[in-house]
Amino acid sequence: MFGYYLDLALRSFKRNRTLTALMVLALGLGIGASITTLTVLKLLSGDPLPQKSARIFAPQIDPLPSASSTRADQVWRNWGNLMTWTDAMNLLHAHRAERQAVMALSPMKITPQALDQHPFFSDGVITTSDFFGMFDAAFQYGSGWSAQDDENRAQVVVIAGFLNDKLFGGKNSVGRTLRVNDKDFRIVGVLKPWAPQPRFYAVSLGGRGYGNGDAVFVPLETGVAAQWNTQNVNCFDTGVDINHLTTAPCSWVSLWVELRSASDAGAYKTFLSNYVAQQISLGRMHHPEVNLPNLMGYLAQQRVVPNDAKLQANLAFGFLLICVVNTVGLLLAKCLRRSREIGVRRALGATRKAIFAQFMVESGMVGIAGGVLGLVFTELGLWAIRHQPAEYAKLAHLDPSMFIATFVVALVASLIAGLLPAWRACVVAPAPQLKSV
Amino acid sequence: MQIQPILAALKHHKLATVLIALEIALACAVLCNAVFLIAGRLSAMHINSGVDEASLGEIVVTGFDPKQANDLNARMLAGLRVIPGVESVNVVTSVPFGPQNGVNGITLDRKHYNTVVEFYVGGPGTPKALGLKLVAGSLPTADDYQAMPEHDYFPASSRVLITRALANRLWPGENPLGREFWGGPYQFRVIGVIAHLAVSQYTEYGERGAGWTVFVPAQPGGVLLAGTYLIRANPQDLDRVMTAARAKVAKIAPDVVLDHDYSHTLPTLRAKFFATDRAMAGLLVGVILALLGVTAFGIVGLASFWVSQRTKQIGIRRALGATRADILRYFQTENFLIVTFGIVLGVVLAVAINLALMRWFEVARLPYWYLPVGAVVLWLLGQLAVLAPALRAAAVQPVVATRSV
Repeated sequence: MFGYYLDLALRSFKRNRTLTALMVLALGLGIGASITTLTVLKLLSGDPLPQKSARIFAPQIDPLPSASSTRADQVWRNWGNLMTWTDAMNLLHAHRAERQAVMALSPMKITPQALDQHPFFSDGVITTSDFFGMFDAAFQYGSGWSAQDDENRAQVVVIAGFLNDKLFGGKNSVGRTLRVNDKDFRIVGVLKPWAPQPRFYAVSLGGRGYGNGDAVFVPLETGVAAQWNTQNVNCFDTGVDINHLTTAPCSWVSLWVELRSASDAGAYKTFLSNYVAQQISLGRMHHPEVNLPNLMGYLAQQRVVPNDAKLQANLAFGFLLICVVNTVGLLLAKCLRRSREIGVRRALGATRKAIFAQFMVESGMVGIAGGVLGLVFTELGLWAIRHQPAEYAKLAHLDPSMFIATFVVALVASLIAGLLPAWRACVVAPAPQLKSV
Repeated sequence: MQIQPILAALKHHKLATVLIALEIALACAVLCNAVFLIAGRLSAMHINSGVDEASLGEIVVTGFDPKQANDLNARMLAGLRVIPGVESVNVVTSVPFGPQNGVNGITLDRKHYNTVVEFYVGGPGTPKALGLKLVAGSLPTADDYQAMPEHDYFPASSRVLITRALANRLWPGENPLGREFWGGPYQFRVIGVIAHLAVSQYTEYGERGAGWTVFVPAQPGGVLLAGTYLIRANPQDLDRVMTAARAKVAKIAPDVVLDHDYSHTLPTLRAKFFATDRAMAGLLVGVILALLGVTAFGIVGLASFWVSQRTKQIGIRRALGATRADILRYFQTENFLIVTFGIVLGVVLAVAINLALMRWFEVARLPYWYLPVGAVVLWLLGQLAVLAPALRAAAVQPVVATRSV
């Protein structure tokens, strides 16, 4: 029967070409807009470390002075997991998690050895040795540095693959020298392409939320000893000396920890509370609240996904809704025009169910056609997004799951649109239709 | 035109009537809100920066040793000033649409911080180069440009210019001249009030949109007042001057890094700053056009169906003496009625969507005049869409009534 319904549907499309084209076009536009914005939204709200994000946590404490009336959750909302140097070092050296790393972003001046190349700035991270293992940053050549290097303020550097390509033509550069901020560093490792999206660790450090990975990684203590500028410094008390940030009342480094399992979070949170209680008794801190969101909880708290993207998605679905209502109207018009044909089929023995099925097959076909057209509009839309000036623009590509989603959305939308007309068609009484033939 | 028979006819086509009305309602709701969002973007893009943008450009260099800051300033000022067409070069910390530098909380009593302002620090001649308009008090004198401390944000005590908006915020209704305020350990005394000076990285909402800015005079030097240069030139020469200036930096200071993102004319910086807003506005315009198109075609489709279904009735009416104009008017009135139902529903929906947007997306309240304007647009759209099917209906010959009865 299905084949027969398909045949009937095709005949009906041929009879009303304009009307059919209008339906497919409207549905295609709605699908295209929705899938485009959904793709962007999915990309923006993705999991940067899918294998282990449930075990990665961002410890948050409230360092503000006693007079501050800002609520702790407000502090975390604004500052993320930024900490003072003292707190970050105390928690790092307590070693209470499987892995832990402290980090800050610092733009770094790279001076190429070739005389004809000008010095340039690269995105840099100063961090501690666990960074690479904790965040699944794999090495093309060499490895990261050791905890000993951290303590010794070793002049070593890890560079990203794209910087290695640019400076050394992609060859193994481990052991060679790189001039960073006018000082010589020994390259110990070259990363494979590594750029988690969103750039979760950069959010509170004043970096961009999406886009390329960082280029240069230097041990934290080395960079701090050399007084390199860090990107985000939040001072919360008077008496700030910008030359001695390690003792200043300023939050400017962030701490991330990896626990053995997600269920260890309770124990770590207790440790954090105890630490803060101890600091309060020492008079260093004044607010006992602590927080330990996991990676995805942290991204939700920081509202990383730009409002513009959410607004666009809402708009697109509003538009799809209008397109579906439009399709309902046009399908209804088509099927009412065929009352006579329905009457004849009913009189010849077709059941109501069969008529219903026939019209649902017809709207399903409109949906499939709308999906194909929608795919074209989606590719067009993503192409347009890629040319937008947003930092996530270059990442907008259709992935297989969204490809399938296109057809699912198209089919569901068209079947919903087809319900009402198909129901109207199957309740047509055959007798009056036949009389007027 | 009698409305009664039209309503009676519509009662027989409840479903189709409801569908068109629903489509109009959704279109009306989305249209009002989308146009409102566009208007918001456009008005943000036309903010007044308070400076002579057309005559100004900025050169930013980084990567120099702080100990060399004074030497770098001297070389840059000397080197850039001799470029033909340059009227003045000043060392500043930032400019409107440039990188953000020096945002700080301030207090009047050294206890309660209640206002976050942006500080612009600049060398002698900067207020004139920027084109700041003094509305009260006086500009800083030569003595007010104190030496910039080696490793600090500001001199310990400065005589500053503030914007009128900040004066009204700090001392509403009072004379701000001679008053003082504090930002951490730094003291500031107001010597002049300027009409306006926008923050560097403008946002529409909250404190950053209010235009609370301070100009601090200082002699170039130290870590902070070095590396950013304000160039003033005749607007016609500006592009050429800035191209020459960017090229010259490599000669003046080969070991520093030119910041390609921010070393541009102010008109270019403004365009770059608002690029995302422009893209979003463009996208919204696209959605509105597609939406109106889909709605119009939906009306055309349904109206054509109605006309073909009622061909016989139209023929009978024509045979009974109705003119073509009567038939035309019948379909136009019918469309007007359906669209009106839709608009009534759409206005409610538009306000509901706006309330939701206000709740989730920091959008302002929809001005009420948007609703009648949206209604008129949809009425026109409906009339335009129904015109072709209605004309076809009007062309039905009375003889049709006699066939196959």
